[in-house]
Amino acid sequence: MLLSSLLEFYDIFVGSFDLFLEGLWITFKLSIASLLIAFVIGLFIAILKISNIKILQWIADLYIWIVRGTPLVVQIFILFYGLTDIFLIPMFWAGVAGLAFHSGAYIAEIIRGTIQSIDKGQREAGRSLGMTSGMTMRRIILPQAFRRAVPSLGNQFIIGIKDSSLVSFIGMQDLFGVASSMGSNTFNYLPYFITVAIYYLFIVLILTLIVNKIEKKLARSD
Amino acid sequence: MSEVREMIRVDKLNKSFGDLHVLKDIDMTVNESDVVVLVGASGSGKSTLLRCLNFLEIKNSGTITIESENVEKETHNLNKIREKVGMVFQHFNLFPHKTVLGNVTEAPIQVKGISRQQAVKEGKELLDKVGLGDKYNVYPSTLSGGQKQRVAIARALAMKPDVMLFDEPTSALDPELVGEVLATMKELALEGMTMVVVTHEMGFAREVGDWVVYMHDGKIVETGIPSDLFDHPQEERTKAFLSSIL
Ligand SMILES: Nc1ncnc2c1ncn2[C@@H]1O[C@H](COP(=O)(O)OP(=O)(O)OP(=O)(O)O)[C@@H](O)[C@H]1O
Ligand SMILES: [Mg+2]
Repeated sequence: MLLSSLLEFYDIFVGSFDLFLEGLWITFKLSIASLLIAFVIGLFIAILKISNIKILQWIADLYIWIVRGTPLVVQIFILFYGLTDIFLIPMFWAGVAGLAFHSGAYIAEIIRGTIQSIDKGQREAGRSLGMTSGMTMRRIILPQAFRRAVPSLGNQFIIGIKDSSLVSFIGMQDLFGVASSMGSNTFNYLPYFITVAIYYLFIVLILTLIVNKIEKKLARSD
Repeated sequence: MSEVREMIRVDKLNKSFGDLHVLKDIDMTVNESDVVVLVGASGSGKSTLLRCLNFLEIKNSGTITIESENVEKETHNLNKIREKVGMVFQHFNLFPHKTVLGNVTEAPIQVKGISRQQAVKEGKELLDKVGLGDKYNVYPSTLSGGQKQRVAIARALAMKPDVMLFDEPTSALDPELVGEVLATMKELALEGMTMVVVTHEMGFAREVGDWVVYMHDGKIVETGIPSDLFDHPQEERTKAFLSSIL
């Protein structure tokens, strides 16, 4: 009994490999693109937040408040319909926009926190050598802040990859989208969802190992 | 003695943090190659005065003249002024993500735009001079406090400043490491560097200082050559301070 269901699962796992590979490729592109954009948004918003200009801080706070205050799936739908209907942007990029919009807020908070954790003597040392405040930020503060942010950023990237599964609700055939369609086509849901869980576990495992390696490397130079 | 050149001149300098009036009508002149030692109780405003001199703090009123330029933040590029006024901090503030040599070459390359090759050559010379010729490529975290402070001095010197400010450069050091830093500073003074030094090291003040300035509660109470100020203080406050630290 157990053996036969294991064998059945094995057949499904192997038989769906090609389809899931396509989904994996979409998940991969989606995650990389959205996280890169989210990182740029995050850095930008973090700098707005630590600027001493009230209106800029206020814009950053508003953005973070909106992201935190609404479910990701709602953000994805609003951006999807907004971007594809009004601006005629392709579905893939609408999905990227939704995910990047969301992760950007969390990455902003991570980067702001680590920037503020850098001893203020670092800034003063930079300024006392004649460096401009932008140069001091770029050359002295940010490199240290990014090092400190690696564990939290890695964690946020992992969350971002898992969250990318929500784009299947707007019809994208990412990993989770493939699993849902296969399930509903065959009326045999469980094996496909277990299969997709294995794919996610595997991706997260690889990413965790990479982050750990980077952390070790950075720890050595400290 | 007609060739005395004024490096820093401070007139009626006032600085407040909110309601706290920290510097009150400070007048001070530092001539070229002078070593001025600032002493005074904790909270008397010594650090704030130094920080005003390189514009890490912006004064509320009064004038600060650096090499005959009346420097105002509205009319001057303060970054350019800071290039000429080096600063050494109590807690070193080395850049932990850069090697010792990287710390020393960063500002010359980024700010002055000199070639990496040239910056490395000069950086190595400075590190050799402060006795760290074997530490070019290590990170600051592997150094002792005394070594860190000598790197910090080399880093400031790499910008070829005309004046060096030291804010309690040996206060964070274990006693056995104080000597090496003071020796480096003395060497610098003998080479003719203009220096303003906040320190509690009275031996250094006597031996190397040209002038001692005693501050109390945001005011300069008394200024004199070390032997006069230490041995024959004129003001009651100075006497009280000196007896409290001996
Ligand atoms: N950034 C700041 N904001 C508010 N108050 C400050 C600030 N910097 C210094 N002060 C206050 O100004 C006064 C003078 O401080 P300052 O650091 O100049 O004294 P100091 O003579 O260097 O003392 P110490 O020997 O302890 O270093 C203190 O009361 C201090 O609390
Ligand atoms: Mg001080």
